[in-house]
Amino acid sequence: MESRREFLKGIAGGLAVAGGTLLTPAWARGADKFVIAPSPLTQNNIDASTLESLPGKKPLIKRSFRAPNYETPITYFNEVVTPNDAFFVRWHLNNIPDDLGAQNWRLKIGGDCAQKPLEITLDNLKNDYPHVEIAALCLCSGNRRGLSQPHVAGVEWSYGAMGNALWKGVRLKDILNKAGISKDALEVTMNGAETGVLDGTPDFVKSLPLWKALDENTILAFEMNGAPLPHMNGFPVRLVVPGWTATYWTKMVTVINISSKPQPGFWMRTAYRIPIGKFPETDRFTSQEYPGDTMTPITEIVVSSLITNITDGQHFRHGQAIEVKGMAWDSGRGVNQVEVSTDGGNTWQSAELGKDYGNFSFRPWSFSFKPKSKGKYAVMAKASNRAGSTQVFELIWNPAGYHNNVVHKIDVVVA
Amino acid sequence: MKKIFILALTGLSFSVLADESKIQLKEGPGKDLVTAQCGICHSNDMIQINSPFLDKKGWEGEVNKMIKVMGAPLPAEDVPKVVEYLTKYYGK
Repeated sequence: MESRREFLKGIAGGLAVAGGTLLTPAWARGADKFVIAPSPLTQNNIDASTLESLPGKKPLIKRSFRAPNYETPITYFNEVVTPNDAFFVRWHLNNIPDDLGAQNWRLKIGGDCAQKPLEITLDNLKNDYPHVEIAALCLCSGNRRGLSQPHVAGVEWSYGAMGNALWKGVRLKDILNKAGISKDALEVTMNGAETGVLDGTPDFVKSLPLWKALDENTILAFEMNGAPLPHMNGFPVRLVVPGWTATYWTKMVTVINISSKPQPGFWMRTAYRIPIGKFPETDRFTSQEYPGDTMTPITEIVVSSLITNITDGQHFRHGQAIEVKGMAWDSGRGVNQVEVSTDGGNTWQSAELGKDYGNFSFRPWSFSFKPKSKGKYAVMAKASNRAGSTQVFELIWNPAGYHNNVVHKIDVVVA
Repeated sequence: MKKIFILALTGLSFSVLADESKIQLKEGPGKDLVTAQCGICHSNDMIQINSPFLDKKGWEGEVNKMIKVMGAPLPAEDVPKVVEYLTKYYGK
């Protein structure tokens, strides 16, 4: 596991590169459509998804202006740390306070199972509880939804609704314990400051099973990569739930309740659910399962990987070694192998795994090969984890387009 | 309805509105209705990126979800017009 300094040095290195030779990245020079739009995104999605800058952010792939949904271009995933100003943005509801200053922010801890409800300021949070830091991947449940075939409705993401960062904060369990957890506690619910435009729109309230809320890795983060969180990523405080998809990582969190009842409402009862039995066994959120349910809440991130340094159609000179790089990740069980194929999946060889930044972080990998002859090469990468899970070759289709961990393929030409 | 629309937009910065003006939905009967009604809660690039893979039934489902789940104040008599526009110009 890397120390904090080494991890953040990685960021500085990334910035130096961005400020130097890559001042204008390929995707900003007109090659952007490619990065925005790997097949099979629809042409209408490709046409509508322009590079746009939110305040304080680099140009990102805009999927929708309002609510703001912006995707990180793949280029940024060449580094293990996703820079704050390139970190993807995902909101469901559009009344997002822009004046939730550090001074005004309050977090209320209550609920029917809180013995001593409390309200804390940002200073309380920073001064009264031990600090912890963890490198963790924040991955939207619907990352790669736009690649679903048949297509499914929603924000039509490609590969970039994710980001890896070093989060600093305090353990949620320390705060819950301060509030006193009564014996019949079942779930911990979280609500952020944003609301819908209309009164009738269900507020984005999420919950965690008590055991996950008490996990030592679940934190309330006030720093991201050594800096305050960007406004669009949940300033001043967001929940970080390493290993679980980002739907639980409540941004701008202002209310946390310890509850004896399962959280009702659209965002728990209906949305963010996957068909029971269709995916490999993951953590089950049993208090949210009702008799007769065929769908269960999405929980853990599935094992996956991405090729980050080469692009479809890229040409290489015959005789030249081709280096393939990328990132791999899973739910925290630990990536233990990445295999690469250069012949469309017929044969596989182990890639070299890079530095280990902890089980919840991106794991860099690389692979070098020298093509024997000219022609087309279908390069693929496949990650596996210590639990024996690996990626799929065919999409496990589901109505909301979650958990897409289809093996990534890039076709290159050697001439 | 216009009042709700204006109220809905007051929370937005001008830069966001300027950006949204880039979105041009296809011309046709129902466009103004769709722009105004769907635009209360979300930018209309949501329609573009979600096309063209929904058929009439699919768009009906989306519109009804917006009304029943998200609280969209779309009058019942306007539902067929909205569905028709979405199906004709953004349907599969």
